[in-house]
Amino acid sequence: MIPEIGQFALGVALCLALVQTLVPLAGAQWSNPDWMAVARPAARGQFLFMVIAFACLTYAFISNDFSVLYVAENSNSALPLPYRMAAVWGGHEGSLLLWALVLSAWTFAVTLCSRSLPSQFRARVIAVMGLISIGFILFMLTTSNPFERLFPAPADGRDLNPLLQDPGLVIHPPMLYMGYVGMSVPFAFAIAALLGGHLDAAWARWSRPWVTAAWVFLTLGIMMGSWWAYHELGWGGWWFWDPVENASFMPWLVGTALIHSLAVTEKRAAFKNWTVLLAILAFSLSLLGTFLVRSGVLVSVHAFATDPARGLFILMFLTLVVGGSLLLYAWRAPKVRSGGSFEPVSRETTLLINNILLVTAAASILLGTLYPIFLDALGLGKISVGAPYFAAVFVPLMVPLAFLIGVGPLARWKQSRIGELMHRLRFVLIAAIAAGVTLPLIVAGVNRVLIAVGIGLGTWVAISSVMNLAAYLRRQTPHQPPISKALVKVPRAVYGMTLAHLGVGVFIVGVTFTSAFGVEHELRMDPGASAQLGGYQFQFLGAHELEGPNYTAVRGRIEVTRDDKQITILHPEKRVYRVQTNPMTEAGIDSTMFRDLYVALGEPLNGGAWGVRLYYKPFVQWLWLGPILMALGGVLAVSDRRYRATARQKAMPAGTISRGPEPVPLTSR
Amino acid sequence: MIRYLLPASVFMSLVVFLAIGLHRDPTLVPSPLIGKPAPDFRLPHLQEPTRMLTKSDLKGKVSLINVWATWCGACYQEHPVLLALARSRQVSIYGLNWKDQRVPAMKWLEDYGNPYTAVAFDKSGKVGIDWGVYGAPETFVVDRYGIIRYKYIGPLTVDILKQTILPLVDRLRDG
Amino acid sequence: MPLVIQSAPMAPALANRYHALLEELRCLVCQNESLAESNAALATDLRAEIRGMMKRGASNEQIINFLVVRYGDFILYRPPFKPITYLLWLAPFVLAATGLTVLLYKIGQRARREERPLSAQEQNQLRKLLCDGNKD
Repeated sequence: MIPEIGQFALGVALCLALVQTLVPLAGAQWSNPDWMAVARPAARGQFLFMVIAFACLTYAFISNDFSVLYVAENSNSALPLPYRMAAVWGGHEGSLLLWALVLSAWTFAVTLCSRSLPSQFRARVIAVMGLISIGFILFMLTTSNPFERLFPAPADGRDLNPLLQDPGLVIHPPMLYMGYVGMSVPFAFAIAALLGGHLDAAWARWSRPWVTAAWVFLTLGIMMGSWWAYHELGWGGWWFWDPVENASFMPWLVGTALIHSLAVTEKRAAFKNWTVLLAILAFSLSLLGTFLVRSGVLVSVHAFATDPARGLFILMFLTLVVGGSLLLYAWRAPKVRSGGSFEPVSRETTLLINNILLVTAAASILLGTLYPIFLDALGLGKISVGAPYFAAVFVPLMVPLAFLIGVGPLARWKQSRIGELMHRLRFVLIAAIAAGVTLPLIVAGVNRVLIAVGIGLGTWVAISSVMNLAAYLRRQTPHQPPISKALVKVPRAVYGMTLAHLGVGVFIVGVTFTSAFGVEHELRMDPGASAQLGGYQFQFLGAHELEGPNYTAVRGRIEVTRDDKQITILHPEKRVYRVQTNPMTEAGIDSTMFRDLYVALGEPLNGGAWGVRLYYKPFVQWLWLGPILMALGGVLAVSDRRYRATARQKAMPAGTISRGPEPVPLTSR
Repeated sequence: MIRYLLPASVFMSLVVFLAIGLHRDPTLVPSPLIGKPAPDFRLPHLQEPTRMLTKSDLKGKVSLINVWATWCGACYQEHPVLLALARSRQVSIYGLNWKDQRVPAMKWLEDYGNPYTAVAFDKSGKVGIDWGVYGAPETFVVDRYGIIRYKYIGPLTVDILKQTILPLVDRLRDG
Repeated sequence: MPLVIQSAPMAPALANRYHALLEELRCLVCQNESLAESNAALATDLRAEIRGMMKRGASNEQIINFLVVRYGDFILYRPPFKPITYLLWLAPFVLAATGLTVLLYKIGQRARREERPLSAQEQNQLRKLLCDGNKD
């Protein structure tokens, strides 16, 4: 009964999405306020029914209803409850439902936070998002119905893929989808602006918080995926340039470019066309990612069960949405006039170079990911494009970008001078060079050019970010008031930028140290045997069997000591889940801020011995600390007063003159 | 204002490639040995261990080399097709028993029929590596000069034989 | 779980080179894993083959060539630099250079637009605006 309610709710959601799209779009076209006003209630109704549908599927999982085909394929009665709930998005159909739910949620958020938008613009934004919703709900109802029944119902299900039975994977997809799908908001803003023919600085100001919010989720989602891979796959790896990883990274890169480009458009009304194009591209890459994961076109560890019919549907949808947007862009963009001239040395220039580097990086990753398909389609044979290519291409592009992070915020709008910039940054430069030369020696006793450059860049980014904050403080408060007062007056957006850039620096330092000084040792260990790695002693104390809720495992005990003092006992496991019997590795990890000790069991050998893999990973936690700081920076930027101020100004009656400083709002928008 | 059409055109060409890609199998590994001489090998005959089979046994006629093993389910699936082909005597079929055990392999042929003119026993899989074998079943078409002309990956079907392999065999025989 | 038969261990320098090379090669059976990680029988065989070749003094190039002759370029995670991959390897550099060139051109264009003297028509318009403004 409940699954049928869920399916019915999907149908209702589809109808509401149709209304949400067609009526406001027509209303905007013919300036009919009643039709335009349909947008918000229709969107809210769609959200309600998507929640109902999702709740029904979740209920089917919680109650172990194996008469639902999707539940039977992805769950099992022995599966612990948290994973039964996460299994809702463990397969293709359910993850689509999540996609559509998240989309309706973002649309709902737009209906709540759009009072300051002109009604024609708002109607178009909501209509465009409704169009996307129609596509996804239709896709589900025609090819990928999560509520399809299975008769006769099996006694038990096929269990969730053991790789997914991990806390990281409970949070990673929802977070990632919030980011992916969130890019539909700036996309809708861009389309609405093109349709209306008005592209001005106000549009940039409206779009910016939405882009930043989506970007925050995407950052966290990608970070969680990397963290999960590190913990779960047992080889100490954290990024593989797998096609589906790339599919999430490209919108992130373009989203970052978009955030910076919007700054230029907002402040100087320049590069409007470029910014609009970026907004279209960011979401297009999200949709392309959806296609790549579900079509079977590429070899990937993340790919859902492939089905060319589904692939074809998504491709047609992709062609319609992206092709349509780009044609609209080609038609309308030439009529847009951008203003704002600027000198060769200016903040505009640094931000544009930022954009060029980020977009080139995204384009290169796209090229590398799709190149095997190009060659195969042309009959030129089969090649693989893997990590060595991406690393070789991505890193050189990021080096100048990292350097610019220090220069850009310091450069003035419209015009700046190189001499002045270099003068202000001279101490940072010296500190960065010193750090690059000395820190690797302190950490590991050796140094090489590439390592020094990496550490130097990371330090440059981190210190220059803090220095820029100090420079900002000095600029804003020339009369030397107490520091605490000055700090409070700094807009959150400036703190946000500082923190985000600091996060980049932290990440660069982490990546350099962990890649350069990480050590690995794979060896046979008999019970009682010892090995040395990275200054630590690892002693294998044997392994014993144990039973988990839905698996049997062999659990090893490895005692780690340093200078004869016990640091910890690690428990790597080799699990065999009862239903899907591929063996799974659970690494034993001891983490501190400055190093991880990582142990994994390989294969059992004779005499109770095991093949064991030992890893020493310096600064690896910085790989995830960096993105967390970036995300926090983004949150600060989104919650900046100026986005809340606009609503308050609208709410104040005309003619009111505000006295003194703006009151701190009690509620944020 | 052609440059504004650039993004749309790039995207459309991308779509064309993706559409073509939808109909291809990204996991298939084509053989770089097509058009090249078949690798030399020297393996014992499966049923007569003292007799050695080498590449020269293939020369002088067009032949099929079929890679199979008892642990391979798809090999069992294609076996009737091979038997029918052998009975029709259109081409000699040689077997490469890959990473298998001699006794179970001989029994397998006894139980299910033997379509092979001769079977080479590649226990270690080294010859398989030389031929670029990465799974079973795989079937090679070798011409009378010992050049590999075609490789099919997966279980043979009557359609594949009719549409691709047998016409090729005829062409190689005449040409 | 299968027993692994340990052959004589390799010298540390050789072992490092061995592991690094394995990471650059794709397993053809479990195509999402490198030869370093895969448990497939073919991967085990190829690892043994590579180990043997290294111990006999083969260079990385020779080993890669051995594999590519048999399995094609698909087995390499690092695509070779040859005519069909020129576009792949050169595009990033070309794209960045193109972008920067366009940027420089645009900056120069704006500067040139600013410096261009007013045409006669624009001068008339300017005079009209100033005179009209004075009348208020």
